[in-house]
Amino acid sequence: MSGPAASKRPRSNGATGWLLSAPALILLAIAATGPLFIVILYSFLEKGDYSGVRWILSGDAWFRVFFEKDIFDGTVSLADANLAIIWRSVKLSLATTIITFGLGLPTAWFIATRPATQRAFWLFLITIPFWTNLLIRTFAIMEVIRNQGLLNTFLLHYGVISEPIQILYTDTAVLIGMAYVYLPLMVLPLFAAIDRFDFKLIEAGYDLYATRIKVLRRVILPIIRPGIVAGCILVFIPSLGAYVTPRVLGGGKNMMIGNFIELQFGQGQNWPLGAALSTMLLIIVLGSLVVYMRVSAREEPHG
Amino acid sequence: MSIKVAVAARNVGKIYGAGAAAVNALGDVSIDIQQGEFFTLLGPSGCGKTTLLRCIAGFETPTSGTILLSGRDITHTPPSARPVNTVFQSYALFPHLTVADNVGFGLKMQGKSRSEVASTVARVLDLVKLEAFADRLPAQMSGGQQQRVALARALAPAPEVLLLDEPLSALDLKLRKEMQSELKRLQTETGITFVFVTHDQEEALTMSNRIAVMSAGELLQVGTPRDIYDRPVNRFVADFIGETNFLVGEVDGTAVRIASGERLDVPLNGQTGRVTLAIRPEQIKIGTVPGGLAATVTDATYLGTDTHYALALSDGSALVARVQSRTGDDFAVGDTVGVTVDASAVQVLKE
Repeated sequence: MSGPAASKRPRSNGATGWLLSAPALILLAIAATGPLFIVILYSFLEKGDYSGVRWILSGDAWFRVFFEKDIFDGTVSLADANLAIIWRSVKLSLATTIITFGLGLPTAWFIATRPATQRAFWLFLITIPFWTNLLIRTFAIMEVIRNQGLLNTFLLHYGVISEPIQILYTDTAVLIGMAYVYLPLMVLPLFAAIDRFDFKLIEAGYDLYATRIKVLRRVILPIIRPGIVAGCILVFIPSLGAYVTPRVLGGGKNMMIGNFIELQFGQGQNWPLGAALSTMLLIIVLGSLVVYMRVSAREEPHG
Repeated sequence: MSIKVAVAARNVGKIYGAGAAAVNALGDVSIDIQQGEFFTLLGPSGCGKTTLLRCIAGFETPTSGTILLSGRDITHTPPSARPVNTVFQSYALFPHLTVADNVGFGLKMQGKSRSEVASTVARVLDLVKLEAFADRLPAQMSGGQQQRVALARALAPAPEVLLLDEPLSALDLKLRKEMQSELKRLQTETGITFVFVTHDQEEALTMSNRIAVMSAGELLQVGTPRDIYDRPVNRFVADFIGETNFLVGEVDGTAVRIASGERLDVPLNGQTGRVTLAIRPEQIKIGTVPGGLAATVTDATYLGTDTHYALALSDGSALVARVQSRTGDDFAVGDTVGVTVDASAVQVLKE
């Protein structure tokens, strides 16, 4: 008699487990998908007179993401302005990812090769910027790169340049800001990967006739790939939706998609367009994730 | 006589760090390793054997002296340009590559053609009996199999010299014995010079053509296993290789007077003053008194083929004797016995 009872117990335990966690799961499901659902729904509604939406189904917002209709003759053309903003966002985010990887790999390597007792200290230094508000950090960057800022004053003083370089309110400024803000997100996963790396493998590589570059390409990079993928995703995705940095450092004109979305919910008073753009951003992120996973899966060894 | 020297170290020294914190890892080591021999660097941990191996591999640059490979000075040649491969203690297999890709790595880096890499990999995997595992990842294999992959990987580019850094220390006893004969077989089959580092004297004795015993960064003795075992140059070597009894004494004419006051006739080679006599346990013969040194049996351990006797001489100095077990002539604890040793089996070491 004890046999069937014993075999039954785990299953009833599992069911009880699900039942007990149901409230939390339901809450999580609603909290995670609810707002997303509202955004997607709004993107298919008509815009209200001042703000908000009218509950009439319409593809107008999605149409306006890609195309614009001339108000006089009604001809339809591609919405160059919107597409330029989306393209700039993707471009700047890719550039940010590349820059943070270029700076982050040597940094993470440096930390991982310190004696164990010192590593915590260096990691601590990396995380310090997180303690300060993003806005304040961005203003600090502004203070460095503006025309009368630290960098220009220094260069002028030593005669490297004769007049201030205009960095602020350019794409370069946005790039500098984003690279600064997201660098720790690249360093930490890279460090975690390098920390687990067996440095004997480098010697094994050298021993087997590989040059330094080949050891890097054939041994180190493939083995720390999970850290690279994690770092790139952690930098690329928030970069794509960045709001504060392009707003402050890019001025008004160098908008990224995040600023453009905010504009629709504010001055633009076009919530459906904002919602459609947000959904668009989500699609780009999902798309790039899928591409990334495909690529990294293909290069895995077949064994 | 044209014995060619594969690797030579000339007055090699290595100091880590500087100033007060400097550690002298290698003193002033000169050594000739001949082509095609199985050469072992033997010593306790920290004796400098691994440092010397790493200098030959190119992972360390000696602070002084030169390393020659077939007569060429390679002291400052990077490891990637030395026709020398290493089997690492931890194997250091590339975890992201299959067994075949691991074994082919060196060949690929040398720029060998795809077909040549494939055929050499197949041949070497066959040599270490791992043909069936070519597509596995290292993590999917046992320690002993990983060891074979590491060997195959180092052998594949057909190096002039194969360096082995305590490769068997992570294996259990049975597997270690197996790999010992496997290594010996591979060395004979390939004819490649093996330089093997170990702290296990038994391993060194069974596998090597010649052994170099090291201690505290110094080379103490180089010779065949028999030389080293039968003719150790000092107390350290005698003690490190196998079991040894030591008796301290004073040269008195043509004999040595030991602490118990008895005289032993031993080959002196002109030595005078205080000396140490090293006697292997299996060289000690025990008989009934009188005859030889008087001793008391303090312990007897029957080990099947052998019996170990712990003996005390009249002054209390201890001896261990290993005697082949034969029925009828065993001794009991408390028996008084006479100890004899062939003069030729006694090593007289300078104190």
